[in-house]
Order: sequence, then structure tokens, then C-alpha cells
Amino acid sequence: MSFINHASREINCKIVYYGPGLCGKTTNLQYVYQKTAPESKGKMISLATESERTLFFDFLPLALGEVRGFKTRFHLYTVPGQVFYDASRKLILKGVDGVVFVADSQEERMDANIESLENLRDNLDEHGYDLDNMPFVMQYNKQDLPNISPMDELQKYLNPHKVPEYRACAMTGVGVFETLKAIARLVLLDLKKGGR
Amino acid sequence: MYSAQSNFELYDAEMNKINTITSHLLKAAQAKAIFLVDKNGLMISSTGEVAGLDITSLASLTAGNIATTGGLAKLIGEKEFSIQFHEGENDSIHLSIVAGRVILVVIFDANSSLGLVRLRVKRASASLTQVFEDIAHRQEQQGATSYSANPFAEITDDDIDNLFN
Ligand SMILES: Nc1nc2c(ncn2[C@@H]2O[C@H](COP(=O)(O)OP(=O)(O)OP(=O)(O)O)[C@@H](O)[C@H]2O)c(=O)[nH]1
Ligand SMILES: [Mg+2]
Repeated sequence: MSFINHASREINCKIVYYGPGLCGKTTNLQYVYQKTAPESKGKMISLATESERTLFFDFLPLALGEVRGFKTRFHLYTVPGQVFYDASRKLILKGVDGVVFVADSQEERMDANIESLENLRDNLDEHGYDLDNMPFVMQYNKQDLPNISPMDELQKYLNPHKVPEYRACAMTGVGVFETLKAIARLVLLDLKKGGR
Repeated sequence: MYSAQSNFELYDAEMNKINTITSHLLKAAQAKAIFLVDKNGLMISSTGEVAGLDITSLASLTAGNIATTGGLAKLIGEKEFSIQFHEGENDSIHLSIVAGRVILVVIFDANSSLGLVRLRVKRASASLTQVFEDIAHRQEQQGATSYSANPFAEITDDDIDNLFN
């Protein structure tokens, strides 16, 4: 549900980074924040525990420029990945325009990825959204680690519908902007259709 | 009142009505600043002493706060808590939900009082509710963004690439 303000000629879109605990959602936003020019970004807010796990959300507002005379703002949010924060995850999905699923490519996290993806579907469903019918991209993060699942397995279990997918190492920034650009593109193209 | 999936659009005339009500409220409540934030965390309108305030963060945190208390309300079988008040040493914040979908934020100090703010907010809420109901009605009539009026109907890949350069 984008917010188009014809009076101030602004368009606001909400993008949510979803995925299991410790998959690297916050790290994605931190990298975007570090690499974005000061005039194009607002403050990054992280509501986190003392051990730096996301407690409620991270928030990063980006003002990227104009499209067709409209100032285009993207509000990036992460959810808390830990299983027991489900109530908070649900709240953050409200009004979402596009979803990035950050998967943890390590073999031992495959089950956690699958569970989190199912949880995403369920939570979207409660808001009346359908993951197969909205802007959605997949990121396979932590590709720098040795113990990762082969690509065909990640694809088979996490991306059967073949949405745009990116390999990433959020810690060094590999794939981070490719992922963001892809979801921004899908969200804007979705607007072109005139809302879902 | 709004379908979950349609976009929320505002036009000049609607913004003017909103701004007239909030500026009037600012004076009547002797408040420092007034904001209208959509429940998804987007700033709709701000007035008063807003320079030096990070209004984007304010909008996002306000929405997070209302979402959390809304979740709490449901847990105990309430629809929502429609009013919240946070008292600080100097400045205080009064939050209320208008028309079920926007949050009216009033920031005030010792020049005003909770009682006065409450009273004035009540009146402004009624006017704002009318405006937002009209907006909802207009959106229903229009359907989803009509294709011809949609500024993004002609968007190209180049437009999108340019955003990231
Ligand atoms: N090796 C490696 N480590 C990463 C990568 N991305 C993130 N990490 C590390 O993984 C840990 C967790 O990252 P976060 O970004 O906090 O994870 P999160 O998904 O936000 O976790 P929650 O907030 O609990 O949901 C941190 O120590 C990161 O430095 C990556 O690509 N490679
Ligand atoms: Mg996090």
C-alpha cells in the first residue's frame, strides 16, 4: 500500500527485509546506510536488544530521487528474526509494498529458512496479502562461508517460483544493492499497474 | 475503511483541509507541534515547531508504538487503545487514532495542559474524521488509481535505473 501524496508530489513505499534469526537482515540495512550519500538518507533506527539482536525493527528511510516528477522515498524495515518475536513481525508487515527474503545459506540453517518463509506467507496472509502476487526478491546471504548449501538446493526449497534472486555477503556488501535495486524496481513497476 | 491493497493517495485540496484543521488545533491547544502520521509510519502533515525534529523517525516510531499497543489491546480483548499520553520532564506527547487509520500526535509543554489538549483534540478529531471519510469515499469512487491519472503508468526501466545513480 504505497502512499502517493499529490500535494507534495511524493511517493512513499515500504520494503521489509524478512528471514530467520541472524541471517543478516540488519547487516543489509547497515551496509545500505554506510554507502548512501548523506543527502539521500535519514537516520537509521535500530530497536535492538543489548546483544544487538533486533527487538522490534530497524528502520532506514531513503530518498532516492525523482521518478516522473515525484520524489521517491523508500522506507526499509527489518523484522526480528527470532521465532518468539512473531507478534512484532506481523505488525511490521502491515502496509508492506515489497519483501526481501534474506536466507542464511549455511547448510544447518536450511530448516530455519524454510520455517521463516512459511511464517512470512502466513503473516502476509493475515493482512490479506499474497506473497506470490506482490513484489518479492530472494537473497542468499553469507555466501562467503564454507558450509553453504549448493545453489540448486537453495533454489529448490526457497525459490520454486523463481523470483529474482541474488547471492550476497552482506558483511562486505556483495549483492546488497543488487537486491535493493531489484525490489525497488518491482515495487515501482507494481505501482504502474495501479495498485494491487 | 481502506482496503488493505489499494494505494493511499492525497490531493492538494485534501491536504489543505487537513492543514487548516491541524494549524487551528496547534493554536487552540497551545501545543508546540502537531503531526498526522499514517498507521504504516508515513508522515502526512506537520505543523508548529518542527525544525530540528527528525520527523521521518518520529513517524516511524509513532506507528510502531501504536501498532504495539494495538497488539496489546487485542490480547486483552480490546479493539484498540485510542488515546495514549507520555509525560516528559519538559515536553509531553499525546497520541490519538483518527478515523481508524491515522495517528494525531500533539507535542506540548507547560504552556498547555493535558486537559486542554484532550478537549481540543476531541474536536479536531471529529473534523479530521470527516476529511478522511471523504478521502476514503473519493478513493472508492475512483477505484484503484485510475490508469490515466496514474503518474507511474509510463514508468520505464531507465527511470528506475536513474534512481540508483
Ligand atoms: N560471514 C558472514 N557473516 C554475516 C553476513 N551477514 C551478516 N553476518 C553476520 O551475522 C550476524 C547476524 O547478523 P544480523 O544482520 O544482526 O542478523 P539479523 O538477521 O538482523 O538477526 P535478527 O535481528 O536476530 O533477526 C552478525 O554477526 C553479522 O556480522 C555474511 O554475509 N557473511
Ligand atoms: Mg536484525
